[in-house]
Amino acid sequence: MARFLSASVLIMLMAVLALSAAPPTRAQEAPLTGFNNLEGNIDIAGGTAHIPVMKDAAAAVMKANPKVRITVAGGGSGVGVQKVGEGLVDIGNTGRALTPQEVEKFGLKSFPFAIDGVAVAVHPGNPVGNLSPQQVQEIFAGKITDWKAVGGKEAPINLFSRDEASGTREVFWEKCLKKGPVLEKANIVASNGAMKMAVAQDPNAIGYLGIGHVDKTVRAVKLDGVEPTQENAKSGKYPVVRQLYMNTKGEPKPLVKAFIDFILSPAGGQIIQKHGYILLK
Amino acid sequence: MASGQNPLADTGAAPSLRRAARRETLVRTALLGATLISGLAICAILGFLLYFSLPLVFQGQAGEILAWRWRPFQGDFGILPMVVGSLLLAFSALFLAYPVGVGLCGFAFSQQHHPWGRLVLAVVRLMTGVPTVVYGFVSVFLLVPLVRTWFEQGTGFCWLTAGLTLSILILPTIVLLIWSQLEQTTPETRLAAIALGFTPSQEVLWVHFPQASRGLAAAAVLGFGRAVGDTLVALMVAGNAPQISTSPLDALRTLTAHIALVLATDSTSLAYGSVFASGLILFATAAAVNLALRRLKAPPP
Repeated sequence: MARFLSASVLIMLMAVLALSAAPPTRAQEAPLTGFNNLEGNIDIAGGTAHIPVMKDAAAAVMKANPKVRITVAGGGSGVGVQKVGEGLVDIGNTGRALTPQEVEKFGLKSFPFAIDGVAVAVHPGNPVGNLSPQQVQEIFAGKITDWKAVGGKEAPINLFSRDEASGTREVFWEKCLKKGPVLEKANIVASNGAMKMAVAQDPNAIGYLGIGHVDKTVRAVKLDGVEPTQENAKSGKYPVVRQLYMNTKGEPKPLVKAFIDFILSPAGGQIIQKHGYILLK
Repeated sequence: MASGQNPLADTGAAPSLRRAARRETLVRTALLGATLISGLAICAILGFLLYFSLPLVFQGQAGEILAWRWRPFQGDFGILPMVVGSLLLAFSALFLAYPVGVGLCGFAFSQQHHPWGRLVLAVVRLMTGVPTVVYGFVSVFLLVPLVRTWFEQGTGFCWLTAGLTLSILILPTIVLLIWSQLEQTTPETRLAAIALGFTPSQEVLWVHFPQASRGLAAAAVLGFGRAVGDTLVALMVAGNAPQISTSPLDALRTLTAHIALVLATDSTSLAYGSVFASGLILFATAAAVNLALRRLKAPPP
């Protein structure tokens, strides 16, 4: 039995190695001059959508500046506001704009850096390619239960939604469902990746995922004829979008400012786009 | 697992006896330390759960959490559907895995000198080393589409799929526990059984199983504990809908999956509080399972 255990440990080790051998980011070649002569720690927490961007940026900065240490944690937008407000971290990320109360209570300063859009997705074989927000709301509320009612073939609609902590769910619920109800029998998946996998497999599925995650395995449905693309999200034609923010308590100290500037630089832009988010400019 | 050596076995001369005694105290102290640390860890976990759950009770929110509806965005934070989901899933997995486990074990034991018997045991031992996520992943790609197309109802992410996957996960636990009990039958009993003219299968059925009855019960309890505690299979294939399932093709959410899904939410909301209530319920379940096991393993009065 010990041999089998060690064999499985070996397999897991190999998997870990394979994962860590993923190609390095291009941003490492980018100039990181803003950090000259700076040293210290930057602690980041909050929104989970930000994590891939923050981690890549942190890795690039730390590689070029060995005296800078950056930690990145999640927790969600609410945690991001609280932690930065209490001074526990230097940057608190949120996937939504701060409320006036939050700004006033903690004296926070926001730095938007990317746009994240959410697309309604169905199986690629599904003939339905266009839905109105009204129809999407009724589908998720369980009022429309058959694809035939929205121009598809006769088949039950299988609902897929996201977990309570999901920022993607929050945008979709606010901007597309207009805070309408989601049927309790909807399947809940825990990530954008799991959503894509579930919708790609199920011919009768409907779900939603970040525009950056959409590929050929699923069909992104038009909302009132507007294609959910990065261009439409940027121009404001596609409504189900949000901005991603970094927030600091008051003016950031020089090291934190340098990090924020790096995220907003062209090199940071490359990292942002690599993870499927849209640049503000 | 016969690798543990008696520390006194290799000490030949008298002076080395003292060294052996010193080593004995050393080992004993180390083991005591390890026990204390794990004991403290358990107490710390319980304390932590109580610290975060008790405010819910005192602020009168316990009633809101021990309710039947989970609609966090409409202000309903009931986790009872998840309690039911955990129990339904664990019992159905046990119901599926237990007969198979007992059967496999009986077969492997009666045929232990036959290649087939040895193969079965080897496969079951290999299964203990497979990480849970592998079962979940294979199930998502294999079992979920099968269930969806066969029954033509629902998404395939459901109680049935999760129950089947989980039953495979807990099968080795059941088989190996029963096996360890069967192995404890004395050679005299075996010889007597053979002398009486029992065939191998009769021997297992009428001699070994009755002797290992406590082991059989313990295997069921431990299998249940493993099924209740598993998170990943439920999270990946059960569908996670916070509802009371009435059909095996309905999605369900377990307490473990609930914790995983809700943990990252805003720490001031009642949804976050429900995580600690779920943790406390799971802790109590684990404690109950362990008490039942202790009771079963104690020598008969």
